[in-house]
Amino acid sequence: MIEITILGQRYQVPEGLTILKAFEWAGFHLKRGVGCRAGFCGACGTVYRFIGDYRLHYALACQTVAQSGMVLGTIPFFPAQRPAYELSTLQPTGETLLGVYPEIMTCFGCNTCTKSCPQELDVMSYMAAALRGGIENLADASFDCIMCGLCVARCPAELVPPNVALLGRRLYGKYLAPQAEHLHVRVQEIRAGKYQAEIQDLKDLPLAELKTRYESRQIEA
Amino acid sequence: MSYPTQIRESMTKVEVTRQRRLTETHPRLSAQERETILKKFHPDYIEEAFRVLRLGPNRGERAPRELADALEAPAVIRHVPELLNDPVSHICDVLVIGGGGAGACAALLAQEYGASVLLTTKLRFGDANTMMAQGGIQAADKENDSPALHYLDVMGGGGFSNDPELVEVLVNEAPDVIAWLEALGTMFDKEPNGRLRTIHGGGTSRKRMHAARDYTGAEIMRTLRDEVRSRGNGSQTSILIWEFRPVVELLLDDQGRVAGAVALDLDTGQYMLIQARAVVIATGGSGRLHYQGFPTTNHYGATGDGLVLAYRAGAKLSFIDTMQYHPTGAAYPEQILGQLVTEKVRGLGAQLCNVEGEQFVFPLETRDVESAAFIRECQERNLGVATPTGQPAVWLDAPMIDLIKGPGTIARELPAMVRQYKRFGIDMLNEPILVYPTLHYQNGGVAISPNGGTQLPGLFIAGEAAGGIHGRNRLMGNSLLDICVFGRRAGVAAAEYAKQAEVADFSLNHLENWEKMRQEAGLQDDQPAPIILPDYTRAQTARTIP
Repeated sequence: MIEITILGQRYQVPEGLTILKAFEWAGFHLKRGVGCRAGFCGACGTVYRFIGDYRLHYALACQTVAQSGMVLGTIPFFPAQRPAYELSTLQPTGETLLGVYPEIMTCFGCNTCTKSCPQELDVMSYMAAALRGGIENLADASFDCIMCGLCVARCPAELVPPNVALLGRRLYGKYLAPQAEHLHVRVQEIRAGKYQAEIQDLKDLPLAELKTRYESRQIEA
Repeated sequence: MSYPTQIRESMTKVEVTRQRRLTETHPRLSAQERETILKKFHPDYIEEAFRVLRLGPNRGERAPRELADALEAPAVIRHVPELLNDPVSHICDVLVIGGGGAGACAALLAQEYGASVLLTTKLRFGDANTMMAQGGIQAADKENDSPALHYLDVMGGGGFSNDPELVEVLVNEAPDVIAWLEALGTMFDKEPNGRLRTIHGGGTSRKRMHAARDYTGAEIMRTLRDEVRSRGNGSQTSILIWEFRPVVELLLDDQGRVAGAVALDLDTGQYMLIQARAVVIATGGSGRLHYQGFPTTNHYGATGDGLVLAYRAGAKLSFIDTMQYHPTGAAYPEQILGQLVTEKVRGLGAQLCNVEGEQFVFPLETRDVESAAFIRECQERNLGVATPTGQPAVWLDAPMIDLIKGPGTIARELPAMVRQYKRFGIDMLNEPILVYPTLHYQNGGVAISPNGGTQLPGLFIAGEAAGGIHGRNRLMGNSLLDICVFGRRAGVAAAEYAKQAEVADFSLNHLENWEKMRQEAGLQDDQPAPIILPDYTRAQTARTIP
């Protein structure tokens, strides 16, 4: 058993549990601060210190093993700035990012965001890309962001990096990514009814015949 | 953490055979062999895990015991008359229940078709299985592919039991869904010339699996969510979002039409009456019911609530006796037991190996067959790898991906998986990983028509809560697809229905009938449903230190 502190109260829990499971073992029936339980949704952003150590640590509760001496706190909700925008009216430029989120100019490069990212993303660097109007760089470097909001809670310039990055990715995906011509051709073909008869034929086949067709279909190498 | 010694011995065998295996392809199973292995080893065929439903629209049909308990349960709401005297909290044209991918799609399209929309969800908007889908989304958009080939793959994968009308819609609208998601700003993996990068999934005859690294569902979900939020600006036709307010009951009018719902505010414990002309249930799956004691890949809130709501209101369910067990759930370390290891790992070329380091199954059989083969390898042949907790496992030889596709492929294509294993001391670039089937997907659900409609006027279903699209087994990449295809269709249909629907007095009279039916069936005062959230606390929790 190890001893940990959850929201100010001390508990003994078995060794080897994730922080999330340690909460539950201790009796918390969680509503907030829990989500996918697999590291994808960002619901369980957690801050902790060790007793006697001034340093602050950051983790996803579902992806981190509880250790003896942890003093744990969760962030059930943190307000995040997100102005309304209509993507189809925006230009994929740095001016757009600055127009929607002018406060990003106040970043003074303290790197707290990067230090607090449980995904180990270089948040400050992608925010710098946003400032420079480097949308492709912003989109690529922020791609693995799960929007847990730990950097939002810690940024002394009061910025919301996950939302800036999301806008950057949407601008890139819609306007800057090279177009997939084959996709648009296929959409038109389907609208024109090109495959209708072929599918109808399959629908009309007796089951035995359909099974034969399935078993004998060519598989792309 | 890394691997303990006894596991390392077996891992060495995998490493020794790797070079040789690079040139070997394990043969696919024949139709006959597939049928045999399913019947003998797939959890759907374990008779004692199922029972017959004693009341409701599917009375006499079999369902997993855990689901049957929820479907037959008494309502959460106990004091109906008092509740109905409460003021109505919100009035809208279309109520969308569930904030995953299907709910977001339905909300967007309902709004585009002129409806005022309330989207209410159990946890946060986007807390859903959609967010966790890693591997990809299918669409037949390449020159050597066609919707007809996609149709054939879907039908064969589903054991030819799928509803052909639903499958036709699914495959025909797939390329349009990809184009729509791109127009919303979703970033799919592409070649420099714009061609979409695609690979195989289990049971596909063409490489039609589109991905966004291994965050495909997350990328789709956060894009859709951002778009919904963009439209939630309080104008007359806008989308209002409620979080931490799951629905616990549908409201019906005296004609049996759906007229709204009752939500429960998880923070305050208050019930909220919602009057709506049409309702879309997009509550997802039920992995958190842990059928047969399996761990699950599913989200914390995946407790099958939508099935319970619809069933109690009189809607028929289909294919509820079949669940999908994803073959590659993490089997080690214990902290991530049951979590998803995306099928994309196999799509990129990783093979399965037994304790001796030898292949025992073609890596891209359909999920039901693949899972059954893993179980056979461990149970019947006794060639599984024993982990310290007793959890059986087989090897998934991830490092061979970089040998086949070039160095850097794993890091580029599977960043989430690499990150997850690194957190627990395993280097997936150089070490194989241990996997075993995990409860993944509810193949069936509420029976729907191609526009998401049910036999209850005003009730529409989309996403994992719907049944019939995938028959008895879903192919990889067809769930992210179906939430978009049928989410959009349900949104349109609900908005159109709402335009002509009368606003009628709502009631909870069906609960009275339900209680009567329960009593006639001799049922006790069981745990109410929807279950809302699983309880993983201990009866005797940790000793608090004073």
